[in-house]
Amino acid sequence: MSDINNKDQAEAQKEDPSSFAYKESFGNSGVIVTKADNLLNWSRLSSLFPMTFGIACCAIEFMSTGTAPYDMDRLGMVPRATPRQSDVMIVAGTVTFKMADRIRRLYEQMAEPRYVISMGSCSNCGGPYWQHGYHVVKGVDRIIPVDIYVPGCPPRPEALIGGILKLHEKIAAESLLRA
Amino acid sequence: MIEIISKIDASASVVPNSTPFTILVSPDKLIDCSLELHTNKDCYFDQLSCVTGLDTGTNMEVIYHLYSIPFNLSLALKVILPRDNPRVPSLSSVWKSANWLERETFDMYGIIFEQHPDLRRILMPADWEGYPLRKDYKEQDKYRDVQVKY
Repeated sequence: MSDINNKDQAEAQKEDPSSFAYKESFGNSGVIVTKADNLLNWSRLSSLFPMTFGIACCAIEFMSTGTAPYDMDRLGMVPRATPRQSDVMIVAGTVTFKMADRIRRLYEQMAEPRYVISMGSCSNCGGPYWQHGYHVVKGVDRIIPVDIYVPGCPPRPEALIGGILKLHEKIAAESLLRA
Repeated sequence: MIEIISKIDASASVVPNSTPFTILVSPDKLIDCSLELHTNKDCYFDQLSCVTGLDTGTNMEVIYHLYSIPFNLSLALKVILPRDNPRVPSLSSVWKSANWLERETFDMYGIIFEQHPDLRRILMPADWEGYPLRKDYKEQDKYRDVQVKY
């Protein structure tokens, strides 16, 4: 019996972490056997609340990601209007030096564990402003730590969703219990 | 238009081949000319739509774009200032919109608008060094410990 369980678990862990708990429950008549880490991570990555926050044209694509054709809600993502309720900050746009202090402050107001997705060339590295844009921070990673970089100018919603799925993988590999 | 202005500023001249029609006036007569253009029943320039600075390398220039809604007229006024310590009287007493437009010109070129009610930077952070659209502008190395260059 334990052999089967271990085998199931091992197989389940290879699969998409957001679905393994369901599969196990079907196989064991509604009883779920899993590691606490996996359960915690699964719940965390299935309800990533992004902050309602956009600073340039990438924000338009971010908004598109929330609309019916792309449906960010199917990933459990509901934009929150305050950093204190947010898990992930999507830096969507050109970070100017005047904005940099505000971004750092918003980031510091978010509760841990917190994540940052840098969306688009401007926030990745300065983008088209890298040479003559005296007012642009050449990469938001100069002011706050970044988990995922999404390239593009601006990235399409599919690209942003790709970045979110990458962040899911990153969270699934973490351990809150074993620091 | 030049007739109206030359009554106030005898040294005013038309800038050739300019679109919109541009008149060069001396800085100390700028407010008088503006007031006349604003109130004269034949032109009634009720809107100041744009204030722009210009660094030619030898001089600083300020160009005011005026528009008359009742007559559908456009006019530009130009003043030429010395490059070191450029000062010009503020037009915010004539047109309210001059307030923010002059702040922007101050922010980018460092042109001082005298008697301006609130001459602060409008786009750049308050503690930014230098005026970015000047020809000899060099950006600072660091802004609040963040590197400015790529």
